[in-house]
Order: sequence, then C-alpha cells, then structure tokens
Amino acid sequence: MKIAVCIKRVPDMDVRFRIAGDGATLDETGVKFDLNDFDAWAVEAALQLKEKAGQGEVVVISLGPVQAQETIRKTLSMGADRGIHLQADRIPFDGFAIATALAAELKEGGYDLILFGKLSPDSSNGITGPMVAELLGLPCVTAVSGLEIANGRGTAKRELEGAQEMMEFPLPAVLTIDEGLNTARYPSLKGIMAAKKKPLESKPAVLADPGVKIAKLDLPPDRTGGRIVGEGAAAVPELIRLLQTEAKVL
Amino acid sequence: MANIFAYAEARGGELRKVALETVTAARKLADSTGGEVHALLVGAPGIAAKAAQLAEHGADVVMVCEHDGFTHYNPEAAAALAADRIGSGGFRAALFATSAQGRDLAPRVAAKLGVGLVTDATSVDLDNDNLVVKHPINIGKVIATVVISGTPALASIRPNTYAPVSNPKAGRAETVAAVGDPAASRVVVKEMIEGSKGKLDLAEAPVIIAGGRGLKAAENFNIVEELAAAFGNAAVGATRAVTDDGWRPHSDQIGQTGRLVSPDLYIAVGISGAVQHLAGMRTSKTIVAINKDKDAPIFKVADYGIVGDVFEIVPALTAAVREARKGH
Repeated sequence: MKIAVCIKRVPDMDVRFRIAGDGATLDETGVKFDLNDFDAWAVEAALQLKEKAGQGEVVVISLGPVQAQETIRKTLSMGADRGIHLQADRIPFDGFAIATALAAELKEGGYDLILFGKLSPDSSNGITGPMVAELLGLPCVTAVSGLEIANGRGTAKRELEGAQEMMEFPLPAVLTIDEGLNTARYPSLKGIMAAKKKPLESKPAVLADPGVKIAKLDLPPDRTGGRIVGEGAAAVPELIRLLQTEAKVL
Repeated sequence: MANIFAYAEARGGELRKVALETVTAARKLADSTGGEVHALLVGAPGIAAKAAQLAEHGADVVMVCEHDGFTHYNPEAAAALAADRIGSGGFRAALFATSAQGRDLAPRVAAKLGVGLVTDATSVDLDNDNLVVKHPINIGKVIATVVISGTPALASIRPNTYAPVSNPKAGRAETVAAVGDPAASRVVVKEMIEGSKGKLDLAEAPVIIAGGRGLKAAENFNIVEELAAAFGNAAVGATRAVTDDGWRPHSDQIGQTGRLVSPDLYIAVGISGAVQHLAGMRTSKTIVAINKDKDAPIFKVADYGIVGDVFEIVPALTAAVREARKGH
C-alpha cells in the first residue's frame, strides 16, 4: 500500500493576529506554526493502514516556504517514510492553484491512496483534496470519520448535518480526513532520531497565476460582551426580559 | 446583466434550508446587475415538485434532473451535471452552500471548470469584473475580502447568513438530462443513516444550547436537552472536551475542528470559552453564557451572562422559557 499524505503547517490560533503593512497579509512575527490537526489525523490514518497491510510506503508532501520541511520532518518522526517539499515563498490562498501544483507532483506517484486533512483553519476553505481528485480523475470521499480498506476497495463514513453517509469507493482514491477517525500519535524519541536520516526531497512548486486573491484583511470588531445580568436563578427573569425586548430572540 | 447559477441542495427528496439561502443570495447578486437566477435541482423522480419553492425564493429558471441514481447524494454525477450546466450556461457566478454536501460538491465542480473557489462566504457582491467575497479565516479571527477574477466565479455561502427571502419569480421549469450515467458513479452512498426525525440540526436551528465540562457528566446533558425542548426550535451542541470524552457524538462538536454555527441565539452552559470553541460560535447573533466562574473567557464574548450553578439556573431558565413561549 503506497499512500501520499498532503500536509500544511498552520499558525497557532491561540493568538491575536496582526495585519501586515500591505493590509492583505498577516504579520507572522512571533507566530508559532505546527502541523494542522486534520493533517495529523490523515498522517495517522496512513500509518495505521500501512501497519495493517504489513508493507507499503507513506510519503508526505507539503507546499510552502522552507519551514514546511520542519513540519514534514515531524511527520517522518511519527513514522512516515519520506517527504517531498514543494517550494513556494508563500502558500497561495487560491486552492485551485495549490491543487494544480500538488496534482502535478502526485500524478506519476502510483499511490493507492492520497490523503488530506478535511480543512486547514487558516485559509478555511477545505477544497484542495477534492480538487486534486478531479484533476487526477480519481474517486474522492471528503470528511471521512470512519474507514475500512480491503481488497482494493474502501468503505468510509462521513458526517452530514443530522445524518451519516456510508460511502463505497474503489482504489486508488483521494480521501479527506475529519476528526474522530483516530488519535494522532506523538513522535517517539526513537522516531525523532530515525526521521533525521529519512529522505526529504525539495523542489520548486509549479504554481499558476491565482484567480482567487485576498485583497484585504480586517480584524472583526470585538464582541461588546461582558455584560453580567446577575447571579444564580434570581437573574433568570431579567435574562428573559432582555431576550424578549432587547435581543428579540424569544 | 449577469445570470447567476444556484445549486439547490436536496437530501432524501426534500430541499435543505440552505437551498433557499443559496437561491436568496443568488437573487441578490442577480438583482444587482438585472440578471436572472437559474437554480439546479437534482434528485430521485418526484424532486421536480420542489421547484416551486425555489421559484418562490427568486429562481427565474429551475433546471430539474430526476434520476434514480440521485436518490442519495451522488458526488460524481452531481458534479458532472453542475459543471456542464455552469460551463455551458454563460453564468457570471455560481453559488453553492457550505454544507457537508456543498463542501464536497463545489470544489469538484470548480476543478472540472478549471477555476478557483471560495467557501464559507458571509457575503458575495459583484464589482465590475470581480466577484468580491467576505470569507472568515484563522478561525474567524480575521476577515478576508477575496476577489475572484474570471468567469464563472464560484463561491459557497455560509449557512444562516442569507436568511431565505420570499421573492416570487416565474421559476420556469426545465428538465435537464444527467451527464453520463448517474448509476455508474465510482463513489456511491451505500447507506444514509438519518438522525432522529424532527430533530433540528445545528446548521439549521435558530437556537443552539451547548454544554461543556461544567455539566460534570454525560447524563447531566438532560438539563440542556430540556432547555432545548422548551425553546422548541433549538438544537444541542457540545464542546470538544465533551465530545472527546464521549459524552456526546463528534458530530455535536462546535468549534475549530467541529461545526461552525451562527444561530440567532446561542446559550453556552458550563462552557469556559476556549479559543477552539469560540471559533465555532463567535458569529452567533446573541450569545448567553451560564457559568460558575465569573472570570471565564466565555463572558467576554457573551451578550448576557449569568454567574452561578448551572444545575440551579438552567432548570429555572427552562421553566421561564416554557412560560414565555406559551401559545407558540
């Protein structure tokens, strides 16, 4: 089983973001980056599938600036076999431009499965995986939270609003991974040592001109919250009054 | 003049509320240029009966494709048909919903057309040659104004941002054939497991009552369920801590890795307000927080807060809401 996992480093969300001088990018000074959670679950899924098959290869691919190599290295320390870094000064916002560059790399790879995280919390589009599937003409299931692979076919569960779909698909296929499928392992010390010797190839990404661009960034106004109506059940009548007369939601 | 395409999402033979929201958003765009709204509705035979609702919300034309292969969501056949219609119809823009189905479908269609896509749009406007889209990034802490150059421009609308507006149009029905054989898709829905009937989903509920660790145990969610029942139009959500502990299913999780919701009223019960949770609900119109810790971060985003014991306050609130809603 040969599996590719496409990953992204994303900023720590637990900070107050600052907009850079150009008004259209974020000031990344002092911002910490790490592997996207959804991508970590995709890496874990790949490792488990390889372990279950008893053989195979897990190749981790990331497009972005040179720091992407650190993130790839982290997945190698989790157990992935090798990495491919597609160099780009910035990760474009246009998911189609990213998908086109990834598809060009993945095309001749002979992968049985290509995995993505469902979404990255920074650009918040969640479109690269299914776009790559279309560009490669492969079957695709998105937001997978349950997965079985056997005899060249797969069954996947996806969560809908108030329902679940059980999907069937043939391999090779592209899947995007949701929370709930697994818990990602931490790199062991042995894994970290081993990762240093694993191959990590770096080459320029082939990026077309984006048709989708960020023109401007704004920080949303802070919610003017912080109004304590009262303490205990005694405050309930006043809350009801405010919900009826002020917020008009009751 | 620019015509706008709207994908009218259906499931199990019924239109989703987001279908009406998508048509409403498309109507607004079309009206800004004097164009028409053409909606696409796919489903099992019988789905054509739902076209009238789309006309009622502003569709000039409803393209209907009925096929047994569309009994369940059929991603490959739906994408092939939508891409074909958008590509051949000369549309300026095409809108989808940022629902589970729309998140799956829209990028497939965009890639088939060889164009970009912006999801989770909180507004869409035409400005000369561009479609201008507001799109929250970094878990809603930053709002991006995104321009899509080129035609057609594809975007999907965040649920609950375009309230369905009645705006009756002709809704001329056009029967359209599937592209290829929908029964021959490689990816198939083998089974759809519906949640409890009549239970409102988080994406569609005007009121959400969410519970956190402050409820202390899974069984204590009954006070949250009862408050939701008192509203009658409420869904129940949870924090990641609670779903990770298995008190509630993952599908109930509101937050960065879970559901993004923006109901009219959000009541946070025993939720401290971690960044990961706030990411999923900060766009709610009115937020109420009930928590024993007066310094909990949730009170900073809440419009109204009550400090104290949730096991005392929530039942009292349930009784008061029941009283206030008498006659509804």
